[in-house]
Amino acid sequence: MMTLKVNGKDHVVDADPDTPLLYVLRDDLKLNAAKFGCGLGQCGACTVIVDGKAVLSCVTPLLLLDGKQVTTLEGLGTIEAPAPIQRAFMEEQAAQCGYCISGMMMRAQALLQRNSKPTDAQIRAELQPNLCRCGTHMRIMRAVHRASRLMDSADASPVIQRSAP
Amino acid sequence: MNAPVILDRRRVLAGGGALIVSFSLTGAFAEEKSPPGVVTAPKPPGSLKDAPLLDSWIRIEADGKITAFTGKAELGQGFKTAFQQIAAEQLDIPFASLTVVTADTHRTANEGYTSGSHSMQDSGTAILNAAAQARALLVAEAARRLDLPEDTLRTENGAVIAPDGRRLGYGDLVAGDMLHVQAQPTSKLKDPASFGIMGQPVPRLDIPNKVTGGAAYVQDMRPPGMVHARIVRPPSYGAQLTACDTAAVEKMPGVVKVVRDGNFLAVVATKEFLAVKAMRALSAAAQWKETASLPKQDDLLHVLATGLPSQDSVIFQHSNPSAVGRKTLEATYTRPYQSHGSIGPSCAVAQLVDDAMTVWTHTQGVYPDRQGIAEMLHMPQPSVRLIHVEGSGCYGHNGADDVAADAALIARELPGVPVRVQWMREQEHSWEPYGPAMVTKLKASLDENGAIADWNFEVWSNTHSMRPGGAGCLLAAQHIAQPFAVPPAKPLPLPEGGGDRNAIPIYTFPNAHVVHHFLPDMPLRISAMRGLGAYHNVFSIESFMSELALAAGADPVAFRLKHLDDPRGRDVVMKAAEGFGWREGQKAPPGHGYGFAFARYKNLAAYCAIATEIEVNRETGQPRLLRAVAAVDSGQAVNPDGLANQIEGAIMQSMSWTLFESVTFDDTRITSIDWQTYPILRFNSAPDSIDVHIINRPGLPFLGSGETGQGPAAASIANAIADATGKRLRNLPLTRKRIKDAIDA
Amino acid sequence: MTGSPRMIAAAIAGVLIAAGIAGFAVTWRPAIAAVEPPSPQSFDPVLVKRGRELAAIGNCNDCHTMRGGSSFAGGLPVPTPFGTIYSSNITPDPDTGIGRWPEQAFRRAMRSGVDRDGQHLYPTFPYDHFTNVSDEDDRALYAFLMTRPPVHAPARDNQLSFPLDQRFVVAGWKLLFLRHGGYQPDGGRSAEWNRGAYLVEGLAHCGSCHTPRNGLGAERPDAQFAGGDVDNWHAYAINSQSPSPVPWNADTLFSYLRRGWDSDHGTARGPMAEVVSNLSSVSESDVRAIALYMADVFGAPAPDRIRHGEAVLAQAKMRAKTQAGAPAAQAANGAATQDWTMNATGASIYAAACATCHESNRALPYGGVNLALSTALSGPDPRNAVNIVLSGVRPVPGERSPIMPGFADSMNNEQIVALLQFLRGRFSNQPAWSGVAKTVLDARRMQTVFLQTSPGPSNPPADATQRGGP
Repeated sequence: MMTLKVNGKDHVVDADPDTPLLYVLRDDLKLNAAKFGCGLGQCGACTVIVDGKAVLSCVTPLLLLDGKQVTTLEGLGTIEAPAPIQRAFMEEQAAQCGYCISGMMMRAQALLQRNSKPTDAQIRAELQPNLCRCGTHMRIMRAVHRASRLMDSADASPVIQRSAP
Repeated sequence: MNAPVILDRRRVLAGGGALIVSFSLTGAFAEEKSPPGVVTAPKPPGSLKDAPLLDSWIRIEADGKITAFTGKAELGQGFKTAFQQIAAEQLDIPFASLTVVTADTHRTANEGYTSGSHSMQDSGTAILNAAAQARALLVAEAARRLDLPEDTLRTENGAVIAPDGRRLGYGDLVAGDMLHVQAQPTSKLKDPASFGIMGQPVPRLDIPNKVTGGAAYVQDMRPPGMVHARIVRPPSYGAQLTACDTAAVEKMPGVVKVVRDGNFLAVVATKEFLAVKAMRALSAAAQWKETASLPKQDDLLHVLATGLPSQDSVIFQHSNPSAVGRKTLEATYTRPYQSHGSIGPSCAVAQLVDDAMTVWTHTQGVYPDRQGIAEMLHMPQPSVRLIHVEGSGCYGHNGADDVAADAALIARELPGVPVRVQWMREQEHSWEPYGPAMVTKLKASLDENGAIADWNFEVWSNTHSMRPGGAGCLLAAQHIAQPFAVPPAKPLPLPEGGGDRNAIPIYTFPNAHVVHHFLPDMPLRISAMRGLGAYHNVFSIESFMSELALAAGADPVAFRLKHLDDPRGRDVVMKAAEGFGWREGQKAPPGHGYGFAFARYKNLAAYCAIATEIEVNRETGQPRLLRAVAAVDSGQAVNPDGLANQIEGAIMQSMSWTLFESVTFDDTRITSIDWQTYPILRFNSAPDSIDVHIINRPGLPFLGSGETGQGPAAASIANAIADATGKRLRNLPLTRKRIKDAIDA
Repeated sequence: MTGSPRMIAAAIAGVLIAAGIAGFAVTWRPAIAAVEPPSPQSFDPVLVKRGRELAAIGNCNDCHTMRGGSSFAGGLPVPTPFGTIYSSNITPDPDTGIGRWPEQAFRRAMRSGVDRDGQHLYPTFPYDHFTNVSDEDDRALYAFLMTRPPVHAPARDNQLSFPLDQRFVVAGWKLLFLRHGGYQPDGGRSAEWNRGAYLVEGLAHCGSCHTPRNGLGAERPDAQFAGGDVDNWHAYAINSQSPSPVPWNADTLFSYLRRGWDSDHGTARGPMAEVVSNLSSVSESDVRAIALYMADVFGAPAPDRIRHGEAVLAQAKMRAKTQAGAPAAQAANGAATQDWTMNATGASIYAAACATCHESNRALPYGGVNLALSTALSGPDPRNAVNIVLSGVRPVPGERSPIMPGFADSMNNEQIVALLQFLRGRFSNQPAWSGVAKTVLDARRMQTVFLQTSPGPSNPPADATQRGGP
């Protein structure tokens, strides 16, 4: 049993301390966004944010997370009140199958939180660990730029909840 | 041929006399059945010809609720949104006022597989016509009730409107079995000039859910009481389980059951990670006897072209002795085995309730997969229901069908309990059926005017579909103690073809000879991968066209146009060249190269031409695509943004296949089992820009788009590399190392 | 060992200025007249090809290429204790590269560290080794470089403080430390040994990283190959003081240098990854010669090292056989019997985050190395182990290559320290490290810089046909 802080709420989790965060999010907390892609830290589909940093949840055991803040895509916003990054991905139609997209968005969100105006080169470098198989890369990059502009115009704190216009 | 159909049962649902027929069929149909040359009454278009009742496609309830049905599976192409646009347009209702239901053996028509860029052609066409005919029936009914001529009435916003303003809602008009009628061969379609929804870049319906963490995939299903299973697959093809002490594993925390049936080994646990841990322990306890049976990976050319028995057929022959070649070129091109490599490993949920098995699956064919699973379980097909739920991106026959069978086999051992199975990354990579390796040999001569006088093309390939159908195509059925034999491979028939898809040139040559060497033996497990043989055949033809252009001293674009008669093809070629800024005789900057390629997918679907600019680092051999400009004619464009997204994706994915990808193996095992050993493109390889120019053809048939770009992208990239380096690479993938070796040679 | 850094710097400055003045008088060199850039076609292709292999052995691209930049166009910041020096453009660009250099000027630079204008070059350019390169090899290198695509890339200004920003000071350094004379073959040794020695001491400049430097930044002749520093990595001792758990021999050295990994030692990473990447493209006989010579430098291991190595190997093999599937349990069991089990946090992190790969049955290079074989954990300081835990092993784009996720963002400093101390106790027979916490802090700062600027290897350290095992 341990207490895990996810999306601003405390959860008491009944899982062994060696359980990767990914399984706790999906199996115990019934969250969908973080995806199992490889379980080996090679593809990024499981990316979430821990204390502001993009982290591969499939290779992050629960025991590393004591006292840390976990944010998943669900914690950024909702369909009704999407966060800038979510709005941006919708507006750019930046998905095909979408399986990798949640991980992409979380890594991009972590980037935007420390660098609100990333260049193309910085986005490429940042997203390097995350794989997309459908070939949506160009749209994903456009969406990250758009999110950067949206955050700007909203004068928003990095993680915000606002409604679409 | 026609299997019994279980869906011919009507259920009239309560409500205002509206008739909702769940589904009606006159027979089941084999996939891609094309009656040979028999002249019969004209048939309705698209999949309507196989499922001709309108209410198999469009249903309207008394309360005005409208549903469109498709037997196709949404695989991430976004067609569900396009279908909704089509139905809404032709019915004259707001886009948001209807829903689309996708593949479900208990609810939708049998449209075989969602493959071959057929969804728009088959299902989109069926919905288009069914919706138009439903609207016509509604107008006729309104005319009868209002006692007015039909041509005085118009439709708008889900109602028929009289000149005096009286409105009759569709829900009020629908009655009895109004839509339970045979489709007509022709429909009164709306004038494309009046379209308000078709042709618009309507945002995809699935994306908001996917970018906010909604349940969107079969991987996200969690029915109450669900347990998690993991499979322990054999380490190699044909390996036999000789011993496995399961006692310790059965005592592990959370373990519900160990399932062992011949070489099929699985473990079920209450929680997912406990299942993973138990799987690891079970894997360590299992002992296997392996057989070395794989060919030499480094010598696929000889393995395919001379090592395996082949069935040879001339598939195209054209002679004009007056054309005489002066200068002859020959070239051999090879393609390795390649993986689908979906980012999410295959997954399914199955549950046995009262002797009825339900499987939620991301299969491309709910009906054929049901047939295989029912056969494996020795259950009648009506007792097995397959419901399509989206999975991770699907680029052909991956592990989807197999994992559905795994789940069903395990669920049978735990009646009443929903069982979720997801493969591990290594299992997906080592057990999915690969895109087959291929060899092509080309030979052509130029006449004194630099035109092609004769053309010879030979292709060696396995089949490109080992999909179920029968249980023998499912891994679990092959591994159980009473196994089902893998059915013999069959070549896929032309005109679409399999290994010979796009083997016949679209260009006009005075002399042409095309041979298909079909290889029935399959050393590696293979099946359909996006584009089938077209990827390699177009790569070969379009590489060779540029080689010939160079030999003729001609511009590659002009050289293609010189041999291309098809006017829509010419338009696409010229559009791509214009969008790229292609100028005859232009030279790329040092270290850069320009490439061009064109094809019409299957010679009967969408047209696509792609121009590329590539930069090659001469020291490392590292290529980078800088920009790609595509032109595509996919007939009537329903959702231009969705179409552009498909073409962008095709270019990116094909670039990854073309530059990086090959399955590796030793004499016994597959060795490319994860992203370390099967690298695909990462963000650093993304180009600076991709532009897609759509040539819209309002009113012309849908031609599909999911597989039209891969072949031209591959050849365009290869041609750009040749232009940049002066060296022609003919063996896929065109790796950095191969480029460097060619430069250094 | 007393005195503030400021006082040491002042002393160094004093020595260098004095030597510089003397050296300038002795080592002054005139400019060599510029030539019209020779056309690439004027070079013999056979010579160019040989030059390409020699450049790979010399690892030239590593320092003279920026991440994402053009090959050999320079600009890479090379951090030194004295400031940052930027590598120069050695493409044949006439204005910013060596396009107007005659061969004679190139040879002088290699041999004496003087550019065409007569300016002294900083010894980050390892002419103290290149002085051993033969005329013939210099000619081939010149031919290779002069046939590269010219890239216009002006030199970046070095960031050095006075007096080191004065190039005449370098003359003094040379007077003290540069020994001319070329490689002298040892008649008592085989031709292969001599070939290896010629390459190692000359073009391959192994000592530049693996030999410790004195206060003036020169290699210490009394401690050749005793271990040095580069880019915040420790370059291990590659002589009799080697810390590797299993002693090296010519075969394992060859396998490591040629393909980037060896099953008894692990996979090359950090700056060495680039070196082995280059060595994978040169002639096999040269790599064999280097391995043969280096095996001699390592010397025959003492009996206790041999015994320790054999024990470690035996244990590793046994573990691979018996342990797949239950790595966590194993770690916990082990933890019950030894002192390092006091470190329960480190043990649990290892079991949960590391053991699934590092105790899997999968062979190198795609399986994690059995950490008992890891030199990083037996080395004198924890830098390399910390770097690897923080940054992992990044994939070589588009190539088969090992990937290890980095844990910089999922482990805090306390967790990494606990893990490292546990690993040191569990997997080496060496005393505990001190100063791990500071190493972690430094590494977090430095790694970012290095990983963003260096080009990274293009040939991955891997073997495509290596069996994985599901």
